[in-house]
Amino acid sequence: MNEVTLVGLMLYLAALGELIAEKAGVLNLGVEGMMAVGGVAAFWSGTEFGNPLIGLLIAGIAGGLLALVHGLVAVVMGADQVVSGLALTILGLGMSAFLGQDYVSLPAVPQFGALPLGPLKDLRIVGPIVFNQSWLAWVAVGLGISTWFVLERTRVGLGLRAVGESAATADAAGQSVVVTRVAAVVAGGVLAGFGGAYLTLNLAKGWTEGVTAGRGWIAVALVIFGAWRPGRTAVGALLFGGLLALEPRLQTFGVEISPILISMLPYVITIGVLTAFSIQARHRPSAAPAAIGRAYRREER
Amino acid sequence: MTRSLKTLLSLLAVLGLVAAACGSDDDAGGGDTKAAFVMVAPVGDAGWNFMHDQGRQAAEAATGVETAFVEAIPEGGAEFDDAVQQFIDDGYNVIFTTSFGYMDATEAFAADNPDVVFEHISGYKMNDTNFGNTFGRMYQPRYIAGMAAGAATESNKIGYVAAFPFPEVIRGINAFTLGVRRVNPDAEVEVAWTATWFDPTVEGNAAQALLDAGADVLTMHQDSTATGQAATDAGATFVGYHSDMSSQVGNYLTAPVWNWTDRYTDVINAAKDGTYTPESWWGGMADGVVDIEIPSESPVAAEMQQVKDQIIAGEFDVFEGEILAQDGSVMVAAGEKLDDGAMLGMTTFVEGVIGSAEG
Repeated sequence: MNEVTLVGLMLYLAALGELIAEKAGVLNLGVEGMMAVGGVAAFWSGTEFGNPLIGLLIAGIAGGLLALVHGLVAVVMGADQVVSGLALTILGLGMSAFLGQDYVSLPAVPQFGALPLGPLKDLRIVGPIVFNQSWLAWVAVGLGISTWFVLERTRVGLGLRAVGESAATADAAGQSVVVTRVAAVVAGGVLAGFGGAYLTLNLAKGWTEGVTAGRGWIAVALVIFGAWRPGRTAVGALLFGGLLALEPRLQTFGVEISPILISMLPYVITIGVLTAFSIQARHRPSAAPAAIGRAYRREER
Repeated sequence: MTRSLKTLLSLLAVLGLVAAACGSDDDAGGGDTKAAFVMVAPVGDAGWNFMHDQGRQAAEAATGVETAFVEAIPEGGAEFDDAVQQFIDDGYNVIFTTSFGYMDATEAFAADNPDVVFEHISGYKMNDTNFGNTFGRMYQPRYIAGMAAGAATESNKIGYVAAFPFPEVIRGINAFTLGVRRVNPDAEVEVAWTATWFDPTVEGNAAQALLDAGADVLTMHQDSTATGQAATDAGATFVGYHSDMSSQVGNYLTAPVWNWTDRYTDVINAAKDGTYTPESWWGGMADGVVDIEIPSESPVAAEMQQVKDQIIAGEFDVFEGEILAQDGSVMVAAGEKLDDGAMLGMTTFVEGVIGSAEG
């Protein structure tokens, strides 16, 4: 059952990054591209230095730099966020293919090892699922909790959410919309890069063009599924990861169900959740940040 | 919106430059004949397209004919038409289209361009003048690979990660299983479908599921090496596919491989000499288009070599009866052999396969 958390963890890192950007009012559809660039960066540096931690850091920097492009184009210059995000995906996939040409299908490099938790991992059922995770899994849990804490319990988080709900109001209150949004987008890129690092080092254990295979889009869907909350997003990540891991397992248990149907499920569930939201929204405010997708220009009202 | 459009355009321009830098345009001379290849995925993927590119390079060296290729061209899209038209405009007069889904579009181009030779890989359509198809009897080395796997398994369960329940894939699974059970009648082959040719995450998950179900030898019909990585991590043995993966995967046993060089060389030379006649060319190990290395450490290495020699000499047929189907009924009666039509339309599993042939 380890794959549930393996796949879920990759999705969670990327989704958490997207969540931060969207909370600040910036939709970034470039997750797939940022993950790919993070993945190739991690694979290259992980091999070069033989250390997954360095791979993780370089992947974060690479993802953050690519996100900065989106920040400059969509936030500073106020271009359409959807167009810029899609361009970022195309750019990221192309760049990663180009940079990774010499690393295609090389042997696996050092992976993120398991946190030594002694006898805990020998516990029945709980042991292998909960206590036999790589240390990056615990980092992700920490990142999720601190994202929640910063967003909901600190002034920085309040400012970020204000920018995402009503940029003009936040601006009037003295919060720099551009700085906040670019910072949020870059933070999102760093986390997407982490997700890519996890993918190439621990999950696919190698680099090939197209290794992300649409997982970035599932991460975007996951943010909606999680109603822009880190905790619910984590539940969703485990659920979506579970669906991906479940499919071949059903076959080995002799259950006949088309793999194509299962791979549709994350999106079907997301559409269902969106529908539920819109029905709910008749009675109370939508869970989505109000200013999402809208460029802020001070002189426009 | 203008600004965002500018941004998009400049990004696309950058991408175009990158793509142009990636493209290859080897100059080799060789008279008027020039050969072009259209590939469905990047040639760096270590699988299907990689082997086609290896064949292209070797054929260029052998014939002295200039070749070029485009990669990552989707099936059934305008990109394919643009790429082929561009090659024709640039004077390429032998064009290889190396993915099944290019078949109908290639047929249309062949009808419109009678002076250009079109060779489609892995399809079944052709015409009388300038359009033929080529494929390989991969089931022959698959059978031999199965023998190696059958001798290597201790749990008597072998995992097979497979893409789609197409006849080509099912034929490979059946041939492999027949090889397994030739040397180890107790062993079974369990199939996990992935519904994708290339997705390392899904392939790795499927491999892990098979390992957890008790498999200690894995093989696959996929385009990535994820199955091999999963096998290596679990200490299981791996039988590859497409190319020699010994440098990429530990615990590697052997692999049935493609080798397009001779066929490409023949087609290019025929086109150059004006002797090209279209055919449905389905080559086997005797033609060299498919092959397998015999792993000397295998306890059945001698028998594998013997079967290989027999197949090349035309003395042994993989699908020769009696062969039982998965449900125990007779699939091929004793003394009979499946003809090419039956093999190309194979949709049911043989005895010894666990899983559904419907995906």
